[in-house]
Amino acid sequence: MAEYPRPLPVPTPETQVFWDGCASGELRLQKCDACAHTYFPPRAFCPACSGRKVTTFKASGKATLYSYVINHRPRPDFGTEPHSIAVVTLAEGPRMMTNIIDCPQTPEALQLDMALEVTFEKASETISLPKFRPAKG
Amino acid sequence: MKQKSVAVVGAAETTNMGKIPDQSVIGLHADAALNAMRDAGLTAKDIDGVATAGESPVELAHYLGITPTWADGTSVGGCSFMLHVRHAAAAINEGLCNTVLITHAESGRSRVGARKFGRDPASQMGQFEVPFGVTSPPTMFTIPVLRYMKEMGVTEEDLAMVAVIQREWAAKNPRASFKDPITVDDVLNSSMIAWPFRKLMCCLVTDGGGALILTSAERAKDFPQKPVYILGTGESVETPMVSQMEDFTTSKAFRVSGKKAFEEAGIKHDDVDHLMIYDAFAHLPLFGLEDLGFVKRGEAAAFIRERNTAIGGKLPLNTNGGGLSYMHSGMYGMYALQESIRQMRGIAPAQVPGAKISIAHGVGGMFAASGTIIFSNEKP
Repeated sequence: MAEYPRPLPVPTPETQVFWDGCASGELRLQKCDACAHTYFPPRAFCPACSGRKVTTFKASGKATLYSYVINHRPRPDFGTEPHSIAVVTLAEGPRMMTNIIDCPQTPEALQLDMALEVTFEKASETISLPKFRPAKG
Repeated sequence: MKQKSVAVVGAAETTNMGKIPDQSVIGLHADAALNAMRDAGLTAKDIDGVATAGESPVELAHYLGITPTWADGTSVGGCSFMLHVRHAAAAINEGLCNTVLITHAESGRSRVGARKFGRDPASQMGQFEVPFGVTSPPTMFTIPVLRYMKEMGVTEEDLAMVAVIQREWAAKNPRASFKDPITVDDVLNSSMIAWPFRKLMCCLVTDGGGALILTSAERAKDFPQKPVYILGTGESVETPMVSQMEDFTTSKAFRVSGKKAFEEAGIKHDDVDHLMIYDAFAHLPLFGLEDLGFVKRGEAAAFIRERNTAIGGKLPLNTNGGGLSYMHSGMYGMYALQESIRQMRGIAPAQVPGAKISIAHGVGGMFAASGTIIFSNEKP
């Protein structure tokens, strides 16, 4: 495949499970066995209760738009048009940064709290980035 | 900490400010430090504690010829110097050192001898934020704002008004980078940086620095300048990633730091005569006024619109013109502290008449960290 023009994540042992999930089309989160807290970014323990027993699971991929900016500064690697940089609230609770795609990159099209769903953009043989688009239906 | 046990006895900024292509970062640190030492009537031999961020305190101490018994390299972004003041006060009270030099300098604009900006792609930010196009503060610090605007009913005009009123303060300051008056329309017609942020809602990028010298209040009366006492201090940190803030409408680090400082000082909000809130972007004063408790949540925009923070208002805010109009070399917290000191000494270009208590509140990173210092010019 053509070389992806942007800085890509380098997984660490603690985050590999998340990036492996993205590469196989799954958005993975982690949940504490003891207190049931669901969290992100991935780590080997629960940030709510410090417990070390946690379970990785496949998230629904559903989210709502929490906040965003539309970047107008030059980013040739993102094309020539302004693009969104967003934070979404996943149905399971945690928030993550992403881009909203498959819709106009305008304040009119990007309404806070709109329903979104995850989609994966293949960036290299091992890395796919989780992006979000308006939910269908 | 013990109230009024420590005082600022030396304070100065770099000789020049703005564009300084003929001095490196460490050269600017030294310039600010030498100015502060002259202000306090001291030389390097009198200093036994050093603190700085960006540069290493080792580099600073050796460059200036200081042999410290205490060093602090806390580096949590632009409010690091508020944390240094707090840590230095504790160190002086504990007897770890007697006379502390805190410096800041950056070649933010000219980039002479400056470190390269970059994120390790295996860091948390490198993995979970950078791949989505964030590169610098204008696309990171701004991300919470649409949520804040929706929840609080704040408009683009409200954000613009923050910049307009700070420019009014800057007009009184000969050293301010931008002094010409601007209107809300000027702000809203300036170039789009990252919706909803226009250029005039974003801070400047300049070269410069500043330095402070602290010692015990007991010794402070023997120095040439009017001592400025430390009444209360606070600090906290929240998250290295703006996307992981607990709530996009309020900063936990601001709330924790501010509460701690007010508790230490034992003062009420009505006692505060002058306020500095680090304004890297136009929304920071709104968050600061609410999270420090000067107004209720959602009321800051109206408070500013009604000119309470403007010249002649009841709570003069960012009286040097702020990061939006005065200067911003990258870690602005030092300049907020410097303006508080000038106001407490009674020598600020836009002096608040009779001001007795001043607060300098700083942010580090993108709502990552916070530090709050409450000053008083009244004797213990």
